[in-house]
Amino acid sequence: MTGNSLLSEKPLLEVEDLHVRFHTRTRIVEAVRGVSFSMGREKVGIVGESGSGKTITGRSILRLVRPPGEVRAKRIEFDGIDLLGLSDQEFRRIRGKRITMVMQDPKYSLNPVMKIGKQVMEAYRLHTGASRRQARQKALEMLEAVRIRDPERVFNAYPHEVSGGMGQRIMIAMMLIPEPDLIIADEPTSALDVTVQMQVLAIMDDLVSQRGMGMLFISHDLNLVASFCDRVIIMYAGRIVETCRASELHNARHPYTRGLLASLPRIDAPVAELPVLKRREEWKTDRIDHDLIR
Amino acid sequence: MGESGSGKSTVLRAISGLNPDWSGRITVLGRQQGPKREKAFYKNVQMVFQDPYASLHPRHTVDRVLNEPLDIHGIGDKEERIRAILDDVGLGPSFRFRYPHQLSGGQRQRVAIARALILEPRILLLDEPTSALDVSVQAEILNLLNRLKRERRLTYILVSHDLAVIAHMCERLAVMNAGSIVEEMSVDQLRRAAPEKDYTRQLLQASLGYDRETVRHFTRYD
Ligand SMILES: Nc1ncnc2c1ncn2[C@@H]1O[C@H](COP(=O)(O)OP(=O)(O)OP(=O)(O)O)[C@@H](O)[C@H]1O
Ligand SMILES: Nc1ncnc2c1ncn2[C@@H]1O[C@H](COP(=O)(O)OP(=O)(O)OP(=O)(O)O)[C@@H](O)[C@H]1O
Ligand SMILES: [Mg+2]
Ligand SMILES: [Mg+2]
Repeated sequence: MTGNSLLSEKPLLEVEDLHVRFHTRTRIVEAVRGVSFSMGREKVGIVGESGSGKTITGRSILRLVRPPGEVRAKRIEFDGIDLLGLSDQEFRRIRGKRITMVMQDPKYSLNPVMKIGKQVMEAYRLHTGASRRQARQKALEMLEAVRIRDPERVFNAYPHEVSGGMGQRIMIAMMLIPEPDLIIADEPTSALDVTVQMQVLAIMDDLVSQRGMGMLFISHDLNLVASFCDRVIIMYAGRIVETCRASELHNARHPYTRGLLASLPRIDAPVAELPVLKRREEWKTDRIDHDLIR
Repeated sequence: MGESGSGKSTVLRAISGLNPDWSGRITVLGRQQGPKREKAFYKNVQMVFQDPYASLHPRHTVDRVLNEPLDIHGIGDKEERIRAILDDVGLGPSFRFRYPHQLSGGQRQRVAIARALILEPRILLLDEPTSALDVSVQAEILNLLNRLKRERRLTYILVSHDLAVIAHMCERLAVMNAGSIVEEMSVDQLRRAAPEKDYTRQLLQASLGYDRETVRHFTRYD
């Protein structure tokens, strides 16, 4: 990785002081509390425990947080475009085309009453205006590219007829078809077994290195993020507590990050008992940047 | 361990009697098993499932979940057992009358483990018991399982995609591909990354993390 050249490059995405709160019947949930970062055409990982605000951060960028969720930010800029200033109609020219998102739960994102092949074809035709025949060809190619073994069968299946792992790969295929500049991938490979996972990641990796796509990769798998991404953002309780180069994740300094890493069993260093995390109040307010992520 | 669909869960389900349609021989604690399990079998063998969200009835309290196996087996000292097991899995008495939606994923998995252990079985079948949990919660559950194994001298069969979890928890490892065991090894062999079969080597490589060059050489073994 030539990290320094990335810093001089104009950022693809800049997020400044993002806040998201939910007004529930009993209380106000502050899901995201002042998140700021910027990224180029690279792979940036977001890690952190369940509920730390990873998904809501991703959804906020694409204006996908629904009421009672309330999103505020000083600035969200994508490729020089002020996303906060766009009308809903203007936003539709960005979402699903220049920025796409692979949702954490693919079953909810596919249309349950439309055959999978038709959904993939429509994604392609919307983007290119291609003929049905071309679109069918492309859809089958994409399904094959994400290592679906029997693309013809899956093409004619409904979403409930495929496994969770297949659903994830179908979503990835659909979100790559528009050739986006930025893909936000929320736990995109969590239902895949390790070998297929690596193959699917390789496809996205190639798009980043060959076509200059940017990728925001949300995951709770620390080892995967360390080996796959260029840089990493670590979130805790709605905030970024640390940022670092992915290859340096194992030398992270924040006690929360260190605690997460320490709680992982290791093949090369057996221990009798795994250290467990002891949470501290100050983690809700401090932050360490090793890398000029903003 | 083994690729998705290689048959890991199916083997556990056959042992536990959830899948009656098998052939061959299954011997548990010296007793050969038929397609159906006697009630007494479940006093010795229990299973914990992967998904802590799906494995508890949404409208049953923790108390009811724990009472059920005791009622089925006509066990008396229920009060004492429930209190002891909740304590054992690190859930205080305040959790006893909660519903699943009032528990975190890790707490639910503790309840599932408590339910499996309350009959004091000798064998636990664990199907990816921590893969839906955060790493910090995973550490707590693995510590709990290891302590109970030591204290109660239990036998575990653990399915996991995570080699580090297997190395931490197990002594021996069987690798499955397309419905059969293709290789068995000790955890020492696993730590030295010295498998004999190419299929296992590829699985080990894939679980070490992402590497573009390594992926280029992946092949299919089915
Ligand atoms: N519609 C909602 N109403 C109230 N609270 C919400 C809502 N959606 C999310 N939250 C809360 O916002 C916080 C952040 O949620 P988010 O989904 O971003 O977490 P996450 O980091 O993606 O977790 P996971 O790893 O479990 O996916 C959580 O505390 C969650 O309970
Ligand atoms: N009820 C069922 N009906 C038909 N086929 C089934 C059924 N249950 C499992 N199978 C098939 O049996 C094979 C083995 O499945 P199994 O669930 O044991 O895999 P696994 O190794 O546990 O995979 P994973 O890692 O994805 O959990 C798969 O091909 C699966 O599709
Ligand atoms: Mg999420
Ligand atoms: Mg399984």
